[in-house]
Order: sequence, then structure tokens, then C-alpha cells
Amino acid sequence: MQNGYSTSNAPVKMSARKVDVFYGDKQALKGIDLDVPARSVTALIGPSGCGKSTFLRSLNRMNDTVRGCRVQGEIKLDTLDVYDNSVDVVQLRARVGMVFQKPNPFPKSIYENVAYGPRIHGLAESREELDAIVEKSLKQAGLWKEVGDRLAEGGTGLSGGQQQRLCIARALAVSPEVILMDEPCSALDPIATAHIEELIDELREEYTIVIVTHSMQQAARVSQRTAFFHLGILVETGDTKTIFTNPSDERTQGYITGRFG
Amino acid sequence: MTDMAAEPNQLAAMPADQGIHMTDKAKRRLKARYAAERRFRLIGMAAILFSLAALAVLLFTILGNGFTAFRQTHVQLEIQFEPDQIAPVGTTDTAKLMQGNYGALITKSLQQRFPEASSRSNRRALEALMSAGAEVQLARMVADDPSLLGQTRKVWLPAHSNVDVFVKGQVDTTAAEADRRIKDNQLGWINALKATGDLELRFNTRFFTGADSREPELVGVWGGVVGSFYTLLVTLAVAFPLGIMAAIYLEEFAPKNRWTEIIEVNINNLAAVPSIVYGLLGLAVFIGFFGMPRSAPFVGGLVLALMSLPVIIIAARAALRAVPPSIRQAALGLGASPLQAVLHHVLPLAMPGILTGTIIAMAHALGETAPLLMIGMVAFIVDVPATPVDAATVLPVQIFMWADSAERGFVEKTSAAIIVLLVFLLLMNLAAILLRKKFERRW
Repeated sequence: MQNGYSTSNAPVKMSARKVDVFYGDKQALKGIDLDVPARSVTALIGPSGCGKSTFLRSLNRMNDTVRGCRVQGEIKLDTLDVYDNSVDVVQLRARVGMVFQKPNPFPKSIYENVAYGPRIHGLAESREELDAIVEKSLKQAGLWKEVGDRLAEGGTGLSGGQQQRLCIARALAVSPEVILMDEPCSALDPIATAHIEELIDELREEYTIVIVTHSMQQAARVSQRTAFFHLGILVETGDTKTIFTNPSDERTQGYITGRFG
Repeated sequence: MTDMAAEPNQLAAMPADQGIHMTDKAKRRLKARYAAERRFRLIGMAAILFSLAALAVLLFTILGNGFTAFRQTHVQLEIQFEPDQIAPVGTTDTAKLMQGNYGALITKSLQQRFPEASSRSNRRALEALMSAGAEVQLARMVADDPSLLGQTRKVWLPAHSNVDVFVKGQVDTTAAEADRRIKDNQLGWINALKATGDLELRFNTRFFTGADSREPELVGVWGGVVGSFYTLLVTLAVAFPLGIMAAIYLEEFAPKNRWTEIIEVNINNLAAVPSIVYGLLGLAVFIGFFGMPRSAPFVGGLVLALMSLPVIIIAARAALRAVPPSIRQAALGLGASPLQAVLHHVLPLAMPGILTGTIIAMAHALGETAPLLMIGMVAFIVDVPATPVDAATVLPVQIFMWADSAERGFVEKTSAAIIVLLVFLLLMNLAAILLRKKFERRW
């Protein structure tokens, strides 16, 4: 289980082979091999600066926006080579959505926040269709009951947890296949965190989710597979249960028991 | 080690209930700190008071000097529109009507009022009471309404500037007759007209509707206002889109390398180039090379656009930079193209800052004189420009020209024009504040 190849029977949604990421001259990731199984939650854990967020952001090429960032190796979404020159980044990011660490709703109405993605991708033919997408996404994100009657209000006026669920609804509205979450709960209180975790658990029936988290408990609660990163390399990956109860690498053992990190 | 050895002794010398922060020395230090703080506040307040006083003096002087210009001395005369002097009854040809001898009508009316002034010199002194504009005003009246021919009407006509400054007390009214422009006989007529209510200060409409003139009693700022408006319109139309596009490209898309750095440094330098240099550039390029018309607001607008461009670019870049990167990431993460992310999200959020910077640049351009002198907008133009390519002047240049005029009557007109300019500047700043308030959003 030293390598990241999936051993379970679940089909692989995204896969990374020998991925190196550089920021200028500095190498942030070295030879990452990892499979992300479909319709499940994969947690990326590791101490700060280990490269887990960098890896996450290379899955939908958000790293392209960082100056001096280079990615080598192969990342595949189904059979599509993500870093192939022919790939349209806009299309890729529609298929691989993202939720960020800090809730970042647009300073527009709740409705506009959710409707923006479908609109730029032309997913709705009519106003009714768009309304339906907005309602469905907000329902999926568990936000409809709270904001369904005030869609015209500003998205930034919501509480932190609601804002983050709004961001999730916004990502869902584009109908992505994979959702990347970069420490989605780190700015939230425990109750809001519990909400988001429940939501993630529901979403994995339909979506493939990759989540970066600093919280061991969160990784253990929400994920089926866990990958442990340390100093730019993928130390160990496997079923979450195995990683947390019977890790095969000493460093993993040390990290999850709190000896470093 | 010696320090450590000395410390217990010091501690022992202090009373038991005093810590290191309660010694006399510490109290003195604290007192000095408070004193320094009080001094700083006093100096700051003094600076503000000084600038407020300077502003008050400036406003007071300008208002005091300029307010009288809003009212102008007018004389009411009973004019007989004699067809003999103008044109036969029934004439409707404007050009013919305008050619009538209206001066004779005014002279006749004045003489009927003061029959005793029959000598040649007295008649001339009587005529000198009225402005040259009085004839033009009568001619316009008849041209607008030819049915006046043959009738008699009471008409308020502008008095000469000499009378005006005398009535307003802006010249020494007690000086010896030889030193006065208003002689004793004229003084008598003025008083007589005043006594019957036929000479009074009336609202100076001409000042707000007319253009430049050789006679101070006939001048108006409207020509300058329209010239300024056309100039700023061209400036805005050129500098605003160019500035925003340059800022967006430099801030959001351009690679950060030596070239963009050089461009950035040069833009910052351009903002500091003296405005008259832009005037020379405009003269050489727009007029010399492209052969554009002199004195035209269009060329003036282009010159001011070049001058405002760096300021707008700098303001727009600062506003774009102030938009949090999380907004860009949110849009990009949803699959928006970089241009969509900028146009849909970043630019609207940066708009208040960009607009504020633009309006301040425009206000600066509105007050600019030097570069416009270089492209010939300093000409004497008596017509209100109809298009941006007509010869025109602008408000600040108008002020400059009036300030240069020798006649006493121009003093108040200069100040009044400054008041008009200040009102426009205030309005623009108000617009900047309102726009900022309107577009301001939190994130």
C-alpha cells in the first residue's frame, strides 16, 4: 500500500502519476501517484506546507493562475489528460468544481451567486430552468430551508457556515463530476462544521469529492480513503479505517497520533 | 555579573510596595510621554486651523470680489422703435432688421429724458452712460419680434461698465472730477435716473448666457462653460476607456517582467510631468503633425486626456488590486474565463475606486490652463461654441484672460468666473462621493 494505486473495486475518477509541482525553482511535490475513486470522499492530510493543497489545486489546474508554477507528470480525469494542451481549462473547471478555505461568495444576491456558473456555461435555456437549478443546488447544499424565501438578499450577509454552504451550492449548480474542497471548515465554528460534514456525506452519493483537511477527526469522519502527505511526497494512502487504525508507515503513525505536525 | 550583583541593592533601596514601573524616574518618563502626545495634537490642530483660515480667506476674498458681478447696472429707457431708423413696418428680414440704427433710438430716448443736455459734448457724455451692448439688445428684440416696429416700449438696457463700477462703489467716487471716469454732469443724470427707479442693479443674466466680450458689462461665462464641457467630454471619452483597459491588462493579464516594470515606472513618471509639456506635445503632434484645428475643444480634450491617462491608470490599478483575490479564485474555480472573472466580478467591485480616481482626474483637467494655452485655446472668442471642433476657450483660460484685462469692471467678473469654476469643481467632487457611496459593496 505504499503507492497510491487504488486496490478497491470502485472505478477511478481521477488519477495522478509521477506528478511533480514546482514553484519557481522550489519543488513542492515529488512524484505523487494517487487514485481518486469515484463517488467517495478522499481526504488529503498532512502537516502545513506538505503540498496537499498544491496537489488539490493541480487537479483542476487552479495552479495555472499562480505565477511561476509548473506541473509535470500526468493527471487524468477519467481518460482525459488534464494537462494536455488541447484541454480547455474553462471546461475542465466546470467538470471539477472547487470550494475554498475561506467562504468567498460574490458580493451579489444569493440567487446571483448560484446562478452565475450555469449562466456562463449556458446550462439553462430559460429563466424557469435557471430558477430550478438554483433551487436544486441550494436544496442539495441544505441551504434552501434557510434562504429559500430571501434569494434576492446579499450572499455576504449570511453567517460563515451559510456562506460556505452557499459556495458549495454555487459549485454544485455547474453540475461538476468532482468537487475539490480546500479546508472548507477551517474558518467555521463546530456546529457549522458539523453541517458541512453531513453535507459532504450526502454529496458523495452523486459526486467524487477530494477534501484537504487539517483535522484528523474530520478526515476520519467524512472520508473513505485518506492520503497522507509529508514534505512534498505522498507517504501513505489507503482506506481511511486502515490509515487511522493500522498505518504502515511510521511517519503516518506519528502524525495521526499527534507526535508531529 | 556586576549588573546582577548590583540589582539586589537597587531593589533593596526601593520601598517595598513600589515596582519598577512606580519609581519617580518612571513617572517622569510617563509625564514626558503624555506631554509629547499633547504637543503633537496641538501641532496637528494648528496645522488644520491654519489651512482652514487660508481657505476661509480665499473663499471670502473671491466671494466678496465676485458676488457683485451677478448683478449689473441697468437703465430703463422708453424706446420708440421708429421705422425710419430701422426698416419699414412689415419687414421680417432678420438681417435687415439687425442693421437698423439703434444707437440713434437710445440717444433720442436719453435726450428726451434729459432735454437740458443738448450740447455736443453733453450728448456724447449722455451716450457714454449706455453700453454698446444696449444697441445689440434692441436689435435682437426687433429681430425676434418685428411687430415692435413703430411702437414705444420701456426697456431695461445695460449701462456702461464705468457707470456700473461707479454705482457699485468700486472706484473712488469722491476723487476730483478730472480723475474720475464719471463726470459731474453724468453723476447728476445717474442720480436722477436712480431717483425715479430707472437705474438699478438687476440680475446679470448675460453673465450666465453670454461669451467673452471687450466690454466688461457684456461678458459671460457660458462660452467658457460650454468649451470646458466639450473639452472634458472628449477627455473622458478618450482617457476613461483607455485608462481602464490599460489598468486591467497591466494588473490582471500582463506578465510580471522587466518590460512591464519599465512601463509601470514610466506611467508613474508621466503622472508627474508638468502639464505644459503635454500642451507642447499636443501642439507638435495634434496640430503640427495631424493638422487639427487650433483652439478647438476636441484638441484640448485630447491633450488633457493624455495628461489624465496616467492618473486614471494608477487609480484604476490600485482599485483593481484592492479587490480580494478570493473573488477571482471563486470565479475561476467555477470555470469563468480570466476575462469573465475580471469583467463580471473584479471590475464591478473596483468601479467605485476607478470612478473616484477618474472624477478627480477630470476635476484636475477642468482646472487646467497651461497646456490649453499652448494649443491656442487662449483666443478671444465671442461666440458660444456649437461643436467640439469650433474655436473655443475654457473656464480657467477665460479667468486667466479676464484677470489680464486692464479695465476695472473685469475684476469682479474674474472673481465671479472663479466662483462658477469652484461650483463646478464642488459638483464634480460631490458626484465622486455619491458614486462611491452608490457602488460601494462589502465583501
